[in-house]
Amino acid sequence: MAREARAALSPLRMPLTGVQALPLAPRHGVMLAVFLAISAGVAQAQAAPAAPSIILTMLKWTPLLAQGFALNIAMSFLAMAIGTVFGFALGLGQISLLAPLRAGARLITQFFRNSPWLVLLFYCMLLLPFEVRIGNSIVALPGWAKATFGLALPVMANVAELVRGAVQSIPSGQWEAAESLAFTRLATLRMIILPQCIKRMTPPWMNLYAILTVATPLTSIVGVSEAMTLTGDILSSEGRTELLVPMYLYLLMLFFVYCYPIARATAALERRFAVR
Amino acid sequence: MTWTPDQPLIRMRDVHKSFGAVPVLNGISLEVMKGEVICIIGPSGAGKSTLIRCINALVPIDSGSILVEGRELHDPRLDKLALRRKVGMVFQQYNLFPHRTALDNIMMAPIHVLRRDRASVETQARALLRKVGLEGKEKFYPGELSGGQQQRVAIARSLAMQPDVMLFDEVTAALDPETVKEVLATIRALARDGMTCVIVTHEMGFAREVADRIYFTDRGVIVEHGPPAQFFAHCRDPRTRQFLSQIL
Amino acid sequence: MDAVWEWFRVLHATTGIKLTIFYDAFDRARFFNGFLTSLRLMALCLLCSVIIGVIGAWLQGARSRLVRATTQAYIQFVRNTPPLVQLYFFYFALGAYLRHTNAAGLEVPIVTNFVWAVICLSLYAGAFNVEIFRAGIEAVPRETLEAAEALGYSRLKAYLHVVLPLALRISLPALNNNLVNLVKTTTIAYAIAVPEMLYVANQIWSDELNVAEMMNVLLVVYVSLVGILVYAMGRWERSMRIPGYTPT
Repeated sequence: MAREARAALSPLRMPLTGVQALPLAPRHGVMLAVFLAISAGVAQAQAAPAAPSIILTMLKWTPLLAQGFALNIAMSFLAMAIGTVFGFALGLGQISLLAPLRAGARLITQFFRNSPWLVLLFYCMLLLPFEVRIGNSIVALPGWAKATFGLALPVMANVAELVRGAVQSIPSGQWEAAESLAFTRLATLRMIILPQCIKRMTPPWMNLYAILTVATPLTSIVGVSEAMTLTGDILSSEGRTELLVPMYLYLLMLFFVYCYPIARATAALERRFAVR
Repeated sequence: MTWTPDQPLIRMRDVHKSFGAVPVLNGISLEVMKGEVICIIGPSGAGKSTLIRCINALVPIDSGSILVEGRELHDPRLDKLALRRKVGMVFQQYNLFPHRTALDNIMMAPIHVLRRDRASVETQARALLRKVGLEGKEKFYPGELSGGQQQRVAIARSLAMQPDVMLFDEVTAALDPETVKEVLATIRALARDGMTCVIVTHEMGFAREVADRIYFTDRGVIVEHGPPAQFFAHCRDPRTRQFLSQIL
Repeated sequence: MDAVWEWFRVLHATTGIKLTIFYDAFDRARFFNGFLTSLRLMALCLLCSVIIGVIGAWLQGARSRLVRATTQAYIQFVRNTPPLVQLYFFYFALGAYLRHTNAAGLEVPIVTNFVWAVICLSLYAGAFNVEIFRAGIEAVPRETLEAAEALGYSRLKAYLHVVLPLALRISLPALNNNLVNLVKTTTIAYAIAVPEMLYVANQIWSDELNVAEMMNVLLVVYVSLVGILVYAMGRWERSMRIPGYTPT
């Protein structure tokens, strides 16, 4: 327990959560399911006898909801990929030997780390063009693409911090040994420093992905038609107040079921790497 | 100026180095001939680690001159990589690469820096492991080896570059007394084989046995130096005497 | 002061950059109120989430397994579900039931959207704080507590005077990160029409059609606010630092 506690406070921990997901037991999922069933039951009791049952209604809308959720997942994958690639470059820029590059990278990182995710989303949605001219053709930029880019920006900044922290946590002796073996700086980074960093960066990186996933509903505010928007649409089309609690709990459950295995895996990985 | 073996392999003249406002090296001068083994002793904080790190340009000097095989180190155009192919270094904290096996650690630099072919490097690496007494430990990771074993792998790793001179920075200071012996035996064998060695150490017995000359530093200057027999028995400077009386 | 506003009017006349929040009194008041609402929201959430964190950390050390399990369930639920959905759940789903008819015969919500935002965001950040505080308390070695008790401190006094101050300093970096994130997350209150900065800015750009200018202003203001908080937290961290202390 003490080791997990220490892991929770280590400076390399993903700053966003700062804490370790303690291992979830399936009982938490069971408890949520029980709560869901009870609330559905209560709602059912309140509903008019002739109205179709809550459970059936929820099941009816499940395919649509799943489609919307798929968009959430797709956006999270894409934003994570883009953010990681650029974040890596930015992170390496922060440890560059060229002072202007270092300062510039640091500035960009701090700027995007200090911006609220929703404001960045708005910025991208409203100020990025809705179509882009590439060569001779005009490519339309759909809303979800701009939103994904907007989500990739804070991910990029956080990955940059992760990379910088990981590289700086490698003991200086490794750099000295590589230098005295006549490795160039680039070769040292490539063969000695970065391979050691990847392991330490993986749990916080997975944590960042979980945070990104639960941030994707923000895109509903800027008009992307994902699970959150669809839930709202479903509720307004059904027009029954007793459906509100079960439907939102259903949506919460959907995210929980996706994120819980990730949290579990992250915790297991963290324990394994801490032992070494 | 081409270097020939009758000239000193390493020649330091009046080397000064300060870290910020703190002077660490205050005019160091010494010479090492090819095949010589010299030991540097002295109290902590005397600048021994800094001194040895200047020889392979890990630490740049403020003023003075260091010639290694005729090439001046105090020169902005110095080819550091070429220098470090000739000068090998072993550290107190071993600094093995933890994510690679012992054999990989030894093979990495010759393959990627010297660009030699893998097969010949592997043969040499296995031979080196045998030489330091670690045959059978090729596939072990540093984390699975004891301190003494790791240090011997570190020595083998530096030897793989086939340097002309080896620097040892208090390589037994972080080891248990039992494992100290194995590492010292390895260094002794190296010295006997004719490798030029500059050894910073606290092990007086070892220094007395293996060194051709002993240098005593204190507060950034070489106080006294000489062959071990003369040094230990008839040291002249009171500082030397005080240091030796404290540790012997 | 008016000269400053005039400068912005001139700016609009010459370059077309429309910053009505400076030269138009109505917009200026609107935006300023939005700014104050944001500040109020941030301050309240910071305070409440820390309180929740303290209470939760205390509950997590409780003897009863049920209490511990419930606290754990709360934490895991909040961490693995979207905060925006939690907010909608509170405001729309629960809020639908918390209505009463006022004097005019209208159905009005008992809890305003601002209060819901504070509740939801505090519970969200509070869950993280619970883990942070608990980790901090557990990072204090058991021996420290034993030493305090051996000196005659009662359990409660030992916690108050010895363990908690140390735990606070240990958990400070993680806590500061979490609080900074909380301040950034308060913008989601926009979704339930809390008139904070983002919401008000939206209203302004819908009226004045100066989206780009308002977005840039928003970015600058938020980044500065968060920057100030980060700076202040950093100062606090440094002032609380224990010289020479390295957590084991």
